[in-house]
Amino acid sequence: MSHIKLLSAVALSALLLLVGCGKKEGEAVGVVGDEILVGEFGSMTGNEATFGISTHQGIELAIEEINAAGGVKGKKIKLISLDDQGKPEEAVTAATKLITQDNVIALLGEVASSRSLAAAPIAQQYKIPMLSPSSTNQKVTEVGDYIFRVCFIDPFQGTVMAKFAHDHLNVKKVAVIYDVKSDYSVGLAKFFKETFTGLGGEIIAEQTYSGNDIDFKAQLTSIKTVKPEAIFIPGYYTEVGLLARQARGLGIEVPLLGGDGWDSSKLYEIGQEAIMGGYFSNHYTTDSDDPRVRQFMEAFKNKYTVFPDGLAAMGYDAAKVLADAIERSESLTPEGIRNALATTKGFAGVTGVITMDENRNPTKSAVVVQVAGTTNKYVTTIQPL
Amino acid sequence: MHTIRRTFGLPLLMLVVFGVLDWFFPKMFDLYIQTLIIYCGINMILAVSLNLVNGFTGQFSIGHAGFMAVGAYISAFLSVSFPNWAGPFINLNFFLNTVIGGLFAAVAGYCVGLPSLRLKGDYLAIVTLGFGEIIRVLLLNVDAVGGARGLYGIPKYSTLFWTLTWVFICCFTIVRLMRSTHGRAFLAVREDEIAAEAVGIPTTRYKVIAFVISAFFAGIAGSIFAHFLSYLNPSIFTFLKSFDVVVMVVLGGMGSISGSCVAAILITLLPEALRPLQEITKIDFRMILYSLTLIVLMLTKPQGLFGSLEISDLWKKYVRRSASN
Repeated sequence: MSHIKLLSAVALSALLLLVGCGKKEGEAVGVVGDEILVGEFGSMTGNEATFGISTHQGIELAIEEINAAGGVKGKKIKLISLDDQGKPEEAVTAATKLITQDNVIALLGEVASSRSLAAAPIAQQYKIPMLSPSSTNQKVTEVGDYIFRVCFIDPFQGTVMAKFAHDHLNVKKVAVIYDVKSDYSVGLAKFFKETFTGLGGEIIAEQTYSGNDIDFKAQLTSIKTVKPEAIFIPGYYTEVGLLARQARGLGIEVPLLGGDGWDSSKLYEIGQEAIMGGYFSNHYTTDSDDPRVRQFMEAFKNKYTVFPDGLAAMGYDAAKVLADAIERSESLTPEGIRNALATTKGFAGVTGVITMDENRNPTKSAVVVQVAGTTNKYVTTIQPL
Repeated sequence: MHTIRRTFGLPLLMLVVFGVLDWFFPKMFDLYIQTLIIYCGINMILAVSLNLVNGFTGQFSIGHAGFMAVGAYISAFLSVSFPNWAGPFINLNFFLNTVIGGLFAAVAGYCVGLPSLRLKGDYLAIVTLGFGEIIRVLLLNVDAVGGARGLYGIPKYSTLFWTLTWVFICCFTIVRLMRSTHGRAFLAVREDEIAAEAVGIPTTRYKVIAFVISAFFAGIAGSIFAHFLSYLNPSIFTFLKSFDVVVMVVLGGMGSISGSCVAAILITLLPEALRPLQEITKIDFRMILYSLTLIVLMLTKPQGLFGSLEISDLWKKYVRRSASN
């Protein structure tokens, strides 16, 4: 029996050693030789692995391009990516490791607001700038003055769709059905309702469902009785696809509206004909004739053999915005980069022209696209308020 | 004098030791190592407390994350909504909030345990699983604690000292409990319920007691977790979290407190220790290797690392064997 104890003791000390090694002392933060260390943490595994991987690919591509073009400040950027399994507590561990063990100069991450909210206090505590590619929850950047993002926030998407419904579709009575389990969905629904009623419209029905639900007939039947002119469904593509099919099955033929959670080729696979013609707000559109977007899509397709989704574009832009800030910073320190990030102005990314406001949120335009099979058709661009 | 030393000697000594460690550790290790130690501590409390139900009393609960959520949310809500309600001392507030969180979890344990502990085996497992999900869905729908958006801005009160102190209180309580009459009753329930009933042990009552104590410490662990992460989201407390704890208990050995502790440390550190491997090879097989390790461990030692023995038992065996050689 005793060898078990000895073995486990040895294994444990080995573990501790492995965990403990790699601490570097006496170097400027985040610069090793002619390399600048940038950390990335994301959900490379777990339930939301596709989000993490898409973003990672976007970031990787951007950094490859930057380094190929000579890097920033004469130095190459070295990306250190850590997986957080899609868990907030792991995001904290990953961010802490990147800051204290790997001595990165800036952080890129996380996709989901829940993980960004958990990790942001660490970045703020160590005064390391953190740039989130796609955490849309308002609270993320409120954590502190070192936390930034390159995506628009939930209120804006809700507002965009409310404006779109009111101005472009000319509807007055709208029903809302949202995922009560998702902070994203709840946030979008809230701001849609506020803006739409503010514009003089009326929310005539409000229903909820839970992520992973597959049957929505009860809610839809109730919505059908009040005869809305459009339905706003700020959910994720799986449920939206099913919802659309069941709505059409019940004879509801009004337009369906949504947010960037619709952005997946799976949406059409699930929703089929029912989802055709639905409108949703997005960060960018592959339908664009902007040369930057075309070039990005080309490069992405060459490297990964698939077309980039919105998250990949956000990751790409986040890395480019960060590189731009490092280039413009007066000193190669976390503080210098923070100050440069805060003064980002008119940066032309693939997801729009990014200018940081005083709350470290970008003001940028959103596009509204229409589902046309597995691809989407560009409809209009809605400018920031 | 002798009894006083016997009763209070160890706890007081440990408090001093933890105080010194708390002062000493931040100077020696960076936040990353401290984070891992605190996660180890939280998981140790969870595993040891679940062991009381799953290991010692022989019931099968997979709703531990639910009790953890109750403790986490109640204590965090108190810290956020009523800062410094018990006076200007942060540590006093944190201690009281944690205890209140634990008590609420214990009440939840009582409410679940009383009707459902008449069930056995799989049926009990399903009830506890259901309970965990009910708690999570409730939290999703309570706007006062942020609902799906989560509860943020929780003050970072959790320190190394508090984590280690609660680990000690938890282990100490359960070790002492298991050596008492009540502990024997728990074991009797596990070994043979009918025989236990026949010798006059109120089996349901003992099962409920085990459940309530276990839930209390799960709530404590939740509070430490909440005040360390400073952000809570109902999606943290899915049944997967419960399974993590069950894995620790099974891996360490059902009915071994030191086994649960070692397994909790192992499972917390293993994914982290595998990180450098991923950085070197650029392939993400961390989780595969982690799962593989668990499978190999279970195949080679199905009764868990320690079986139902404690470290002290193993040590005694080792000494005895060395002496006979």
